[in-house]
Amino acid sequence: MDYILSGNQIMFILFSAMIVIFSILTVTSRRILRAAVYLLLVLISTSGLYFMLNYQFLAAVQLTLYAGGIVVLIIFSVLLTSHIDEKFESPALLKKVYGAIASILGAVLVINTLLSYTFIPGIEPAKDVNMNLIGNSLISWGEQGYALPFELISILLLAAMIAAIVVAKKVKTK
Amino acid sequence: MHTVIPIEYFLVTATLMFFAGVYGFITRKNLITILMSVELMLNAVNIIFIAFNRYLYPGQLEGHFFALFVIAVAAAEAAVAIAIIINIYRNFQSIDVEETDKMKY
Repeated sequence: MDYILSGNQIMFILFSAMIVIFSILTVTSRRILRAAVYLLLVLISTSGLYFMLNYQFLAAVQLTLYAGGIVVLIIFSVLLTSHIDEKFESPALLKKVYGAIASILGAVLVINTLLSYTFIPGIEPAKDVNMNLIGNSLISWGEQGYALPFELISILLLAAMIAAIVVAKKVKTK
Repeated sequence: MHTVIPIEYFLVTATLMFFAGVYGFITRKNLITILMSVELMLNAVNIIFIAFNRYLYPGQLEGHFFALFVIAVAAAEAAVAIAIIINIYRNFQSIDVEETDKMKY
């Protein structure tokens, strides 16, 4: 076994270190705009992990929808609702301690379980995930077809769009 | 390629990210930062789906499509949540969860 890191391993270490560090900063930063930017970095490095696993389409969706859409939406609402360099006070010590206990205990439990379980790698040949296959799967049904969830998600998106407009609409007061 | 990095590394990364989200969900008081914690948790679950799909069932695409639909649901959820947050801000001039304790003002 050699200890020279390959390019893949270096990229993985970089991405996962970015994910862990910036997700902790996202939840501890006291400036809300900075927290949003840290969240953006977490999402971009997640998309890097998807690229490493050869799911290019999903990585592109992650970049455009999460990093491009949701984070911009969050930043807009931050700018609408709070002053730009507002700094909120640190949460109460008791709350911090409870939160830290809950999350550290949970993380230890889950990681312990993960490491004691032996995963059996699949032996079937890996599928080439290209656009053709994704498009055909989304409109076919039966085995390997996802037409029903696709239709459901379209109804959900329509409902969410209407709901967002109705909720955010200014109520006229006469 | 994916014999180089064991699957456990992906899972441990996603676990740490998920529990960072849990910590934020418990300690934060601002509604937008709570929403960001929820996004972190959703994203961590997506990584786990994708890693399982690639390593354990490479001949199928269930995890891939599940992650795709999770992303779509997260987008819808963020849109509605932010509409609600803007409305709360309009009514209370604050989005602190401890001050917004009335359903109807």
